[in-house]
Amino acid sequence: MADASSRKASLPTVLLLTAPAVLLMLVFLVGPLICLFVLSFTDYQLGAPSISLVGLANYAEMTGDETVTISIANTLIYVAIVVPASVALGLGAALLIDADGSLRGFYRAAYFLPVMATLIAMAIVWGFMLDPRIGAINFGLKAMGLQPLDFLNDRKIVLFTLCGIGIWQSVGFNMVLFMAGLTAIPPELYEAAAVDGARRGGARFRLVTWPMLAPVTLFTVVITAIRAFQVFDTVAVLTGGGPNKASEVLLHTIYSEAFGYFRVGYAAALVVVFLGFILVLSAIRVFVLDRRRQAQ
Amino acid sequence: MTGHRLPGSLRLVRHLVLLLGTTVMLAPFVLMVATSLKPKDEIFATRFHLLPQRLGAAENYYEALTQVPLLHFLLNGVIVTAAIFTLQVIVNVPAAYALAKLRFRGRTTLFGAVLVCLLIPYQATALPIYILFYWFGLLNTYAALVLPFTISVFGIFLMRQFFLGVPDDLIDAARIDGMSEYGIVWSVMAPAAIPALVAFGIFSVVAHWNDYFWPLIAVADHSLYTPPLGIAFLKLNGEGTAYGPLMAAATIVIAPLVLAFLLAQRRFVEGITFTGLKG
Repeated sequence: MADASSRKASLPTVLLLTAPAVLLMLVFLVGPLICLFVLSFTDYQLGAPSISLVGLANYAEMTGDETVTISIANTLIYVAIVVPASVALGLGAALLIDADGSLRGFYRAAYFLPVMATLIAMAIVWGFMLDPRIGAINFGLKAMGLQPLDFLNDRKIVLFTLCGIGIWQSVGFNMVLFMAGLTAIPPELYEAAAVDGARRGGARFRLVTWPMLAPVTLFTVVITAIRAFQVFDTVAVLTGGGPNKASEVLLHTIYSEAFGYFRVGYAAALVVVFLGFILVLSAIRVFVLDRRRQAQ
Repeated sequence: MTGHRLPGSLRLVRHLVLLLGTTVMLAPFVLMVATSLKPKDEIFATRFHLLPQRLGAAENYYEALTQVPLLHFLLNGVIVTAAIFTLQVIVNVPAAYALAKLRFRGRTTLFGAVLVCLLIPYQATALPIYILFYWFGLLNTYAALVLPFTISVFGIFLMRQFFLGVPDDLIDAARIDGMSEYGIVWSVMAPAAIPALVAFGIFSVVAHWNDYFWPLIAVADHSLYTPPLGIAFLKLNGEGTAYGPLMAAATIVIAPLVLAFLLAQRRFVEGITFTGLKG
């Protein structure tokens, strides 16, 4: 750290600079987190006059709660589909865009646009495109001689429909991460590989690009997984978790329990589970970042 | 980097594959705008035309703006995102400076706390903060939409990293001129950190303009609705199948960010990705 000439500061100065941030951190991050854990051991209901400790009862109830088991399973399926698909497509797009100079900026902008656009608005547009009667996608299916599908009301396919929207939204994000990774590869490595006989695309990719991108890939996978775990908007506005819980996901279940049924204690326990998943992924992320920093 | 590097045939394959992808990525945007221009009978027609045969734009946009007070929602969006970013700068930049350039007791602890808090997704603290606001009667106010985001551990982290690279000579010169530490933050460090502040600003504005989860919890009063709440309300409580006005509303809601993005692409891509650290 560049501490050599940093100044020992007086207490009033330090307080002036850091007190607002520290105070807000306690009120909006540390405090709520502690409250969350405490609440998860209670039967608190919003507006109820009493509150009592129930130990692990909320966590025990979860294991027998069909909605919760379906919800966690759906969330894991969603993550397991969206992450590999959007990382692979993001990598593919980055490699193709990077391979040549022509229309580079156009492609990058086109693929990145879904990342920027308000997801809730675009989800509504997808809902229109997927309409069984007048949606463009079913017009397309019919034109190809296929049966129209009720993408959002058929419990067998609704989760996959939401995965599709999730992939559409995250490809561009992963693409720019990979493009940044590609720019960081020193050209000398390709020259060295060419000297060793690796002139064709496949060999160059295997020998240079892929190994050099490995840390970026791992990083991208973790970030995409964290974002996929937070899926909420599309479910809330398109399916409400239905039909018959077929698209129920963790954040949506938490939202319903807390603000539909006002069962705060139970919802808090669900948030703890959600947080557990995110923290495991974050731990991997920290580990990766650390390795990257050491590698540099 | 702009020259051609591929032989002719491969260049064609590259364009074909990328254009196929582009079609998928842009299809929703094209359909959204096209549908917002179509009269009702064409939207519900049994034959599909991408382009409108007759223009129905006026009635769709009129409906979108009058069925719900969409302009008011946009104004709320501007107020909330601007307030959040302004307060984020006021709260977090001085702390970042202290962490980067001053020695004081508890600095390591504070930085450690910042790193730990970086891992917490905001949905995890939403429930306790909701209860806190419920007790203090703050739900259904602009404050409820803004206050939880005034602390940004991510902003502190980002700005600290940037400040570490600002030469100490600059600060020492200001001190010799008799400037206070607080003055140094705003007249020396902040101007030097404009690129980082812009990136953080873009990240912050995009995240909060698009946020649906917290506003959905924090406000119920229509007069406080942000654009995402407004358009979801139009979808869920209006005529669910009035697609013309709905697409017009969607176009209006995404327009400000998309236009800004098209004008300053590079900055946006930087702002969103080097903030990719924050999941």
